Amino acid sequence: MSDTTALVNAGVNQMLPDERNKGMLAVAGSFASPLIGMFEWIGDLGIFSWRVLQAAVTPPYEWRELVRQLDEVGSKSFPLVALAGAAVGVVISLEARYSLSRFGAKSMFPSTLVYSVVQVMGPIITGLVVSGRVGAGIGAELASMKVTEQIDAIEASAINPYRYLAATRILACILMLPLLTLAADACGLLTGWFAQALVEPLSFHQFIQSGFKGATFDAFLPPTFKTAVYGLIIGLIACFQGMRTRGGAEGVGRAATNSVVLGSLFLILADVVLVKFILVVFP
Amino acid sequence: MATTYDNAMKQADLQKVDSAPVVVVENVHKSFGIHKVLNGLTLSVNRGETLAVLGRSGTGKSVLLRLIIGLITPDSGLVRIHGQNIAGMPLDEMGEIRKKMGFLFQHAALYDSLTVAGNISFPLEHHRKDMSKSERADRVRELLAEVGMESALEKMPSDISGGMQKRVGLARALALDPEILLLDEPTAGLDPISSAEIDDLILKLQRERQMASIVVTHDLHSARTIANRLALLDKGNVVIEGKYEELQQSDIGFVKEFLKQS
Repeated sequence: MSDTTALVNAGVNQMLPDERNKGMLAVAGSFASPLIGMFEWIGDLGIFSWRVLQAAVTPPYEWRELVRQLDEVGSKSFPLVALAGAAVGVVISLEARYSLSRFGAKSMFPSTLVYSVVQVMGPIITGLVVSGRVGAGIGAELASMKVTEQIDAIEASAINPYRYLAATRILACILMLPLLTLAADACGLLTGWFAQALVEPLSFHQFIQSGFKGATFDAFLPPTFKTAVYGLIIGLIACFQGMRTRGGAEGVGRAATNSVVLGSLFLILADVVLVKFILVVFP
Repeated sequence: MATTYDNAMKQADLQKVDSAPVVVVENVHKSFGIHKVLNGLTLSVNRGETLAVLGRSGTGKSVLLRLIIGLITPDSGLVRIHGQNIAGMPLDEMGEIRKKMGFLFQHAALYDSLTVAGNISFPLEHHRKDMSKSERADRVRELLAEVGMESALEKMPSDISGGMQKRVGLARALALDPEILLLDEPTAGLDPISSAEIDDLILKLQRERQMASIVVTHDLHSARTIANRLALLDKGNVVIEGKYEELQQSDIGFVKEFLKQS
């Protein structure tokens, strides 16, 4: 037994029973408090989701705000997503060429690039980029509206904020993520081919024919449309974090950060489940 | 053919409707965590009447307004608007009642992404679908003229002063022709001249529209100017309610102290 441990044990043994109980309760409390907070968060998220769902399926529908949000989430995220997709295409192209050459499987390059981009990297990169840009934006915007009583003002004007603010943003994320993923995929394939073509002559037509040879819709549609679930996660978490904000500027900052961190984390965790689900349903 | 007697009866009925309370708060309790804010509070407001709610900070004045418009629900007790209990009412159902209410927030709470015109047009766009775009624009101009802010039509809320924001907030609160007007500290943070202008504006609106109004304020002078009745709150309950003169004649220590310090 080390000297330090011996001293600590001696200290504990010298405590009165009441003091020891209090100490143990404090330790238990320090573990219980975050646990209670987590359950509270899950419960609040459940209630929030139910309210948004109720608001989303009952009229009046906020078409104008939905179109504005589609533009905000979709067209304004497009350049960033396209750039990220293009960069990923180049990286995969460089890595794949090197790895495939080592195993003498260079002819597999087009299909490796196509499957890597469309099935794996395109969806997840799009999700993470949108989570960063849109998640933070929604979280900060709604949090700022919350702390300046603008959300209360909307509610006081007899407008359902779950319908006007949350449902429109979440729906825009759900609808736009698959389209943005297609854009990221297209840019990734284009730059991936271009990076390869710079080293070895390979026509685009040849690359596409070889890459998609024997491919079925089952191989590409589920990974693309699973991003609608990413959209749901990004929109839901960001709206929830924004609309439950308390405090001033600090609260707004916390809401923006939590929207990105939690959104990205849940997105990656959801991907694990979705990939397994797709493999089972579309073997 | 209506007789004089029938007309007299109709007149009496109308007076009865006018004197029926529009807002009734009955034995309301509200706590936030361990902090008890309202403790069995009871009050009512009739049509065409202005009630000023006074009291120290943290006595639940703003909480009372939020309960009346349904932004928060009471732990117990009743909040009746036109005889309907709104406690725990679903959001969309509550929306129908809120259309009859206007709320001026303490810091105006204007939508910072919309222009002044956009702020006032916002409730009209959602609830007055029968109005054409030009009719809506006319209505916005009319409301802004009513609060003396016609020149700020295309300005952003961040480009106008606090007093102007309150005026725009008031115009927005009036957009749907409310029967009940709730004002949270309408003169707080304003210079004496702007405060007097807001008071005059509220008085003018009261004369023209005959709404039931509840004004939460710290400003005793403003309360005396605009209200028919004053209610003084302490520890989450009404200590005294009545005309200013009645408050002056009160022997209650807290009332005397409050009037002395105001």
